[in-house]
Amino acid sequence: MANQNRGTIGQQIELPFSESVRISYQSLMLRFGRSIITTAGITLGIAFLVFVVISNEISTSIVGGSASEQLMDLGEEQETGISTKDKWLIIMSLIVCVVGITNSMLMSVTERFREIGTMKCLGALDHFVVILFLLESGFQGFAGALVGALIGFVASLLMSLANFGLDIFMDFPLLSVLLWILGGSVLGMLLAVFGAAFPAWRAAKLPPAEAMRTEV
Amino acid sequence: MAEVIVKTDQVVKEYRMGNNVVKALNGVNLEIYQGEYLSLMGPSGSGKSTLFNMIGALDRPTKGSVFIDGQNTSGLTTSQIAWLRCHKIGYIFQSYNLLHVMTALENVTLPMIFAGLSVKERNKKGEELLELVGLDDRIYHLPDELSGGQRQRVAVARALANDPNIVLADEPTANLDMIIGREIITLIKRLNQEKNVTVISATHDLKMLDVSDRIVDIRDGVVERIRNRDEIELEVGEVTGH
Repeated sequence: MANQNRGTIGQQIELPFSESVRISYQSLMLRFGRSIITTAGITLGIAFLVFVVISNEISTSIVGGSASEQLMDLGEEQETGISTKDKWLIIMSLIVCVVGITNSMLMSVTERFREIGTMKCLGALDHFVVILFLLESGFQGFAGALVGALIGFVASLLMSLANFGLDIFMDFPLLSVLLWILGGSVLGMLLAVFGAAFPAWRAAKLPPAEAMRTEV
Repeated sequence: MAEVIVKTDQVVKEYRMGNNVVKALNGVNLEIYQGEYLSLMGPSGSGKSTLFNMIGALDRPTKGSVFIDGQNTSGLTTSQIAWLRCHKIGYIFQSYNLLHVMTALENVTLPMIFAGLSVKERNKKGEELLELVGLDDRIYHLPDELSGGQRQRVAVARALANDPNIVLADEPTANLDMIIGREIITLIKRLNQEKNVTVISATHDLKMLDVSDRIVDIRDGVVERIRNRDEIELEVGEVTGH
């Protein structure tokens, strides 16, 4: 039994995609506590971004919409749409988002170098390892960002209500709000995948001995 | 003379430490035969772990070649190396290296996933292997729920997942106490005899001398001497107090 295939070296087979999805999902669920912390970084980044953008959308629509006349006195700084201050706020929130998410993913992959080395010892192909981590970070990124987008949306709604009262519903920018929630979620997912891609790829390329030796 | 399963030819491994180049291995020539139990011994820093990594295709030599089953590993593609690690070699590590999110059974069957076995086949085989190492009542436990000795048993079962020719054990008893360590050694020796698997073990555990067919002493990156079992039997009696 032990001597089958003597003297010949085969090609390692590709794994079905469903197998990768199953393993990555299971890994996320069992590592739930750690996943939550990583995801929290994504959630906060996206929540902040969506909050800023949607608050802006709502106030702009009030100023530009039918309710604008009653609010003229309020609208001084909003009359030109997105003010310079708000533009900077959005750019800043994007930067916070990108840096935060990339950092979270970097850490979560780096602390698992040993695991990557072990998988390669057992016969995992380099790109299997990469796919596994991209899937994991994709799931994580999307879930975290969706929660973040919803939090950001609710927060901006509450703030707008406090500022403008029920008038915000007179000309509510429903479509663009929905688009921002979806866009924020996708952005979070992309950033998470992007942040995980580099360290996962680097770890997968390393000889297993080196990957297992690496101290975080 | 039995068939040569692993051969190293003038293997040199250098590591870069800042501006210095450290030679961990300095021209190692070694032939290992199918079915033998070989121990690599030497103090830490002697290069035995590096040699272990070379033999296991876990790292590439700076110079020289490693032949596994007649194939020069430096000429293989990454896919062929992965196949080699999956089918020909089983690994046992000092710190077990089990995936802690997977149950004992899932850990044992992971290499079988990479070998393309169906769920049914691999679960059956995984259960058989865990029974073989005496853990049939622990198959759904996570590594964190197992003792050190039990974890190492899972690792032994995992090493045998795809019926390898070679089992590489890197200090398999270093994290275990005397009695449990001896149990693991006995287990590995039993599998060596029953399955005719070649066992190559890096160690400085003197208990290992008992079961080894040959002992290779590594010092300063070269093979210092090779002893056969009959040459060492007397020394062992003194060392372990039997």
